Amino acid sequence: MFTKLKRIIKSGWVSFRRNGMLTIATLFVMVLTISSVTTFFLLQGIASSLISSLQEKIDITVSFKKDVPEEEITKLKDEILKIPEVKNVVYVSSQQALDEFTAKHKDDAQLMESLTELGENPFPAYLNIKASEAGKYEEVSNFLSQATYQDIIDKVNYYQIKETIDKIFSISSLVRRIGLGAAIILGILTALVTFNTIRLAIFNYREEISIMRLVGASNWFIRGPFIVQGIISGLASILITIIIFLPLCYFLSPKLTNIIPSFNLFHFLISNFWTLLLLQILVGVGIGVISSLIAMRKRLQV
Amino acid sequence: MIKFQNVTKIYTPYTVALDNVSFEIKPKEFVSIVGKSGAGKTTLLKMILAEESPTQGRVFFDDCDINKIKNSKICNHRRKIGTVFQDYKLLPFKTVYENIAYVLEVVGIDDKDIRSQVPEVLDIVGLSEKAKNFPLELSQGERQRAAIARAIAHRPEVILADEPTGNLDPYNTSDVIKLLVKIHEMGTTVLLATHNREVVNALEKRVITMEQGKLIRDEEKGRFVL
Repeated sequence: MFTKLKRIIKSGWVSFRRNGMLTIATLFVMVLTISSVTTFFLLQGIASSLISSLQEKIDITVSFKKDVPEEEITKLKDEILKIPEVKNVVYVSSQQALDEFTAKHKDDAQLMESLTELGENPFPAYLNIKASEAGKYEEVSNFLSQATYQDIIDKVNYYQIKETIDKIFSISSLVRRIGLGAAIILGILTALVTFNTIRLAIFNYREEISIMRLVGASNWFIRGPFIVQGIISGLASILITIIIFLPLCYFLSPKLTNIIPSFNLFHFLISNFWTLLLLQILVGVGIGVISSLIAMRKRLQV
Repeated sequence: MIKFQNVTKIYTPYTVALDNVSFEIKPKEFVSIVGKSGAGKTTLLKMILAEESPTQGRVFFDDCDINKIKNSKICNHRRKIGTVFQDYKLLPFKTVYENIAYVLEVVGIDDKDIRSQVPEVLDIVGLSEKAKNFPLELSQGERQRAAIARAIAHRPEVILADEPTGNLDPYNTSDVIKLLVKIHEMGTTVLLATHNREVVNALEKRVITMEQGKLIRDEEKGRFVL
């Protein structure tokens, strides 16, 4: 068994080395396939980072009527935190709001002067609410419109920013849908191209396969080297793709960070390296082996 | 050992390659099958190798109906046979050495024995110098000898030789026939399909004569008569 396996692996390796042009052609197609998968993986990373950074920027603010005691606001805050979709709630008292404003505009003498003229703190206390997803703000807003809270709540800015929230929500779901669609189409296309390349390579071996059958080789002894060759081609293509993508991402990363500050392409590639490698192996080796098996079935009927 | 029972082979639509052929070959026999081109010699050998199946009738090998062997088990049957194909059928992407080693690997001989047996066989057919060459780098005669080396390497029970001297000069022809006779003397059954009159007459062994798919003569110590 071990000797057979050793012979199969050796034979696959020898064929891989000897078939210069055919090997190069197969490798080229497979590198293209794996590169498309890798590009798609990186684009998905960029898109989700972009969406989440946009989502980070969205919140809704609930401002309270004057003289609402802090305990009541804190009680409401605890109630809001119980909503599963709510990620974070920050309480800002009217004094904190005034301090923040003063700190921000201390150099604007005119503004400071009008504030002094007013004689009292014009800023209401408010709660800043962040939801886990853009689509969840509707639920938070519904919760806040209950009659019980109308006595203490002055206004909820949800309706003012609703349009923006909806837009971001629809963009992110559109990006996901397009991404999935593109991945499926790309997947089918590359699988077909790789399958055809391997089918042609095996067609080139049809004579050899029938001779092997006639001298008494078992089906697995014939298939084995082709599968090994498929695995070697897959692994070699992955290696080539990685060699191309690592420096490419390294040099593109700062440029991309200029556009999307929250995203570091190279860091994303390194931190997701094993997931990406697994995906590449599944695609590269998987398509290679399955295509060889399908393409060989017909040739083994002699 | 090999038995043809009323075998007919029709290639669609109307070509009759074999027409109701029956004969039996006993173990350790040397049988020449003669006939003009298209007489059915090659089809007959292909049936023994399970490369073709009869349209009618049955072919037995060691009392086993060849056409009832499952596709996945045919390899075991073929390992008992060494075939010298008319068109050599050497593996084009393997060297002469690897072509012979491949058959030994197929039957499960270990690496050490392969390393000693391949040079021996190459020496017998006079191809030691060409061990590292690919089939395309050989002359017709050399390819024929490489095919013979591959057929005898794993010491099969039966050798099927389809025109093994077809592309050889008289000197090499005599060598190949001597080789087949020697293998036969060592206890191997040999079936030789040829249309070389001198070879058949010199052998003085059993001759089956085919004509247009029919077996017209089967004689012990026969001669080439057409």
